[in-house]
Amino acid sequence: MAVRTPPKRRDWSWRSQAFRGVVYQLVALGVIGFLVWYLAHNTLENMRVRGIQSGFDFLLSPAGFDIGETIFPFDALDPYWKAFLAGIVNTLRVAIIGIVLATIVGTLLGIGRYARNAIVRGLCYAYVEFFRNVPILLQLLMWYLLLTELLPPLADALSIGDVIFLSNNGFQFPIPVWGLGQALAGVGALVGVAIAWAYRRWAIGQFEQTGRVRSLVLVPMAIVIGAAVLGWVLGGAPTDWSIPAIDGFVVSGGATATPEFLAVLLGLVLYTSAFIGEVVRAGIGSVSHGQAEAAGSLGLSKGQAMRLVILPQALRVIIPPMTSQYLNLTKNSSLAVAIGYPDVVSIANTSLNQTGRAVECIAIIMAVYLTTSLSTAAFMNWYNRRSAIKER
Amino acid sequence: MSAVFQSIAPRPSPVKTEGLIPWIRTNLFGDLSSSVATLAILALAVYFLPGLFSWGIAHAVLKPDANVCQEARGTGACWGVVVEKFRLIVFGRYPYEDQWRPLLATTLLVALLIASCIRYFWKPWLALLWIVIVPAFFMLMGGGWFGLASVPTDSWGGLPLTIMLATFGIVLAYPLAVVVALGRRSDLPAIRSLCIVYIELVRGVPLISVLFMASFMFPLFMPVGKSPDVLIRVLVGITLFSAAYLAEVVRGGLQAIPKGQVEAAQSLGLSYWQTQRKIVLPQALAMVVPGIMNSFIAIFKDTSLVTIVSMYELTGALGLALNSDADWRPFKIEGYLFITAIYFVFCFAMSRYSLWIEKQVGRSKTR
Repeated sequence: MAVRTPPKRRDWSWRSQAFRGVVYQLVALGVIGFLVWYLAHNTLENMRVRGIQSGFDFLLSPAGFDIGETIFPFDALDPYWKAFLAGIVNTLRVAIIGIVLATIVGTLLGIGRYARNAIVRGLCYAYVEFFRNVPILLQLLMWYLLLTELLPPLADALSIGDVIFLSNNGFQFPIPVWGLGQALAGVGALVGVAIAWAYRRWAIGQFEQTGRVRSLVLVPMAIVIGAAVLGWVLGGAPTDWSIPAIDGFVVSGGATATPEFLAVLLGLVLYTSAFIGEVVRAGIGSVSHGQAEAAGSLGLSKGQAMRLVILPQALRVIIPPMTSQYLNLTKNSSLAVAIGYPDVVSIANTSLNQTGRAVECIAIIMAVYLTTSLSTAAFMNWYNRRSAIKER
Repeated sequence: MSAVFQSIAPRPSPVKTEGLIPWIRTNLFGDLSSSVATLAILALAVYFLPGLFSWGIAHAVLKPDANVCQEARGTGACWGVVVEKFRLIVFGRYPYEDQWRPLLATTLLVALLIASCIRYFWKPWLALLWIVIVPAFFMLMGGGWFGLASVPTDSWGGLPLTIMLATFGIVLAYPLAVVVALGRRSDLPAIRSLCIVYIELVRGVPLISVLFMASFMFPLFMPVGKSPDVLIRVLVGITLFSAAYLAEVVRGGLQAIPKGQVEAAQSLGLSYWQTQRKIVLPQALAMVVPGIMNSFIAIFKDTSLVTIVSMYELTGALGLALNSDADWRPFKIEGYLFITAIYFVFCFAMSRYSLWIEKQVGRSKTR
């Protein structure tokens, strides 16, 4: 019986999967390449016909507009790049504060969905359903309207003890006067964090060797606070506060949060916390009852069971969707342009209208958000890997 | 000498766990903190609700009369603003006497959408209905046929525009998303990287920047002198944006399909596309229906952003109706509450549908 030789594999045939793959990819790249060339060609042609200048050189010329609120001093004569920088700082400011607050509110909401009290459960449910089913833009517009039209004017500002004021001019509150004491307190806190971290590592090592349990929360916290207080005392224990004072239409001293900032922050926090609440609820729900019961039968207290058994497992489910909520919050902060908070989109929009450099301005917006998104995603992925199941 | 019979005391009856009173006891006054919470919330309700009731209902003005509203300001809501500006809020700048056209077109479209959501109607004629109703929608809205006056797209507005952008946004994004999701899991490196770059690029930027691009940069991309209508540009922007998010949802479903399914299909001699079409996608897509519904809700809410590039959908139409009218401008908050209610009704209905369908899909797994 003759052995039948298999048909010779022909590499340059349509029947070869590898060959087909190469062809498909070449076609796809060709189509995309042509598309990019076509769009670029049209853009250049359009710019030539309309006499549009291009390039980022405009960043160096004076901006010519004022910005409502900035961390650093800015005036109309400063160049565009400084205006963009101010916008980026404003975006990050509202995003970071928003993320912290939304995490706190959202976690409370998520835990509230498991409360023993039926009214608390119901309220948390109603909150989540209401806030996530109404567009964020609409919520921002509404908060802005409420903060600017329903609050009294500055002269009749609502106040607590004449140190905190709330009016349609914003929210004024006292801040400590920056000096040596505060600087040393900051340094002390940083040193404290380092010592506390070292202590924590040592305590965990001791626990693994001897089984002796040491506090991993209270003692490190005490170290950090103690070090900060020590720095403050070394700096002469200053107690000066800058307290806002209202004189007619102007406020002097203290710090101010403008109505625009408050509206953006409030809108973002309330909207995102509804989503975070759902994320946390799903995370807690994903840990089976048996885990809590097993922890209890091993003699762990309720708090220990939560901290050592339930939370680490819930976090594994919570972190990935939480990351995307953080990114959503950051991206949604771009809607600040609708109510005039000078974030990076708003600055870019103004610059675009003034200079006509649409491509450049939109490229800057996209670059800023891409950098933020990709770096946040990278950090959260790292944290996620750390808390993922360690499989053997 | 017989002892007198004495019965022992009866055992206490078991604690009742059913009914209203025991429910209240466990759910409202289970322990000290729970009782405190209940009482605190009730106290707050007693403090605030009567005021809210008096503002929103008891002292509210329903008459579309700005003077009456002005007098009631501070004590009662002015729902009259909604009555007065109803047409402008709901239909935007669409010519007043022709507003039956968007009404009819939107009703047809919504009816079609609802029919498409009900299993009973999943018949071949439904596809035919789509082919008929979609062009009918644009013909009714745009006019220029059968003696209907032509209405340019920049006069389209209000709820019809919102529903239209959301519907066509998702209908166009969905097939693109499936292709991109398959591409991201493809073995061909060039195709995979293209899909990854597209998805990550789009997901990394806010929708507003995509809309800016559609409105400011798109005209530059087209051949000199030719620029598509702003509505089409915005629709393309929304489609490309939501396709990236949808693709990730679909990828979640694809990843959940065990490898054995694909291997079995290949050993039966099915080609790549046959495998995807007959084995992988039916299972994967059924699994991610809730995620797809969530994307739909997100797109519906996101259509409000086109206001920022000067299109007057529901949110924009409200601004259009009230910003230029000094008599009614003070009652904008009532207008906002009205469109909030519209958005809420649509989104909440969709999320309920999503829950229902989740149950339907899960039914095959319970025995």
